Amino acid sequence: MADDLKTWRELPVAMIVDQPGNTVEVETGTWRALRPVLDPSKCIKCLICWVYCPDLAIERLEDDSVKINYYYCKGCGICAEECPTKAIQMVEEGV
Amino acid sequence: MGFIRRLNDIPREEYFAPGHAFCAGCGITSIIRMVLKAYEGPKIIVNATGCMEVASTLYPRTAWKVPWIHSAFENAAATAAGIEAAFKILNRKYGYNKKVHVIAFGGDGGTFDIGIQALSGALERGHNFTYICYDNEAYMNTGIQRSGATPMGAATTTSPAGRVIPGKPQGKKDLVFIAAFHKIPYVATLNPAFMQDMYNKLVKASQIEGPKFLHYYTPCPTGWRFDTSHSIKIARLAVQTRFFPLYEIERGKLRITVDIKKPKPLEEYLKLQGRFRHLLDPKNKHIVDALKEEIERNWQRLKMLSQLDFIY
Repeated sequence: MADDLKTWRELPVAMIVDQPGNTVEVETGTWRALRPVLDPSKCIKCLICWVYCPDLAIERLEDDSVKINYYYCKGCGICAEECPTKAIQMVEEGV
Repeated sequence: MGFIRRLNDIPREEYFAPGHAFCAGCGITSIIRMVLKAYEGPKIIVNATGCMEVASTLYPRTAWKVPWIHSAFENAAATAAGIEAAFKILNRKYGYNKKVHVIAFGGDGGTFDIGIQALSGALERGHNFTYICYDNEAYMNTGIQRSGATPMGAATTTSPAGRVIPGKPQGKKDLVFIAAFHKIPYVATLNPAFMQDMYNKLVKASQIEGPKFLHYYTPCPTGWRFDTSHSIKIARLAVQTRFFPLYEIERGKLRITVDIKKPKPLEEYLKLQGRFRHLLDPKNKHIVDALKEEIERNWQRLKMLSQLDFIY
């Protein structure tokens, strides 16, 4: 990260960020202390987790089933708390 | 797509990228994602200083995939008004007639306190834009200082609960009515726990011409001191205890959109949050009683107003 920092002469005028949505490169999954684990057999495709995930770490697949993206998941646990069928469980990271 | 009946009807496209720096469990990203989905077509976002601006655009990166402009605390509404006026001129002089949504976001500090005069001016001039206040009930970004939106009894770093005061001594400003009585076409309160209600209000706002004001309740795990997983649960309890009623005022007609017939006891809402923990102490019962009375009066007022054909 530090190596590719530009000097002020190389930066766009007015500090404009010209690549929309370039935070996708940032791995926020390193913040996580608890890890959500999905049991797909209990999933009823209600999309509550997809709607409420603050980190957009729940991917909505073609048939409205979901997949957890651990690259972004900060481990807040909202998905496990809100899941009506308890298909998502929080487990300790690194155990 | 328009109005939804189930969550599955919400469009798939995301105009907000992951990898942003919002705290775990933050409620703000819900409003960003849903606004960008519900407002169809081109849009320009104006963002006052605050949590949303700081966490979504850590230079040299941005989580936004739509045109976005940062504005100071006090002038988000003025910036939005200027953009809207510029599009009018573009149309008049060069025939640019695309409909562009101008949406301004401000936190409760940037709306209730610092930005209120710019907001009032823009609402009064009747610009065609939407102002959304995301209300986490204190200046969270700068370190949890009390704001005009902090409810009575809440502990913040500038209204700490202790021997001298039991949290913030004053009540919360009713900004929704302050905005509404500029006699604007649409005002509504939004809560992430009632997603269908929230999304449909956003769609409705996107279709109305003129100034719109939306008040979004966003739970803040860091500032309210609760477990990050309880974010939506607390938002839901805020409505179920009538602490944050959901209603809309469309062209002067007030309608309660989520009617709470049997409210849950307020203590259920208070006990989950560190900022209210001291209120459960019997010696602070008078604050809880005052809060309850305020909630009851507010609800009765809404009920009465909802029976009128128009309130302005």
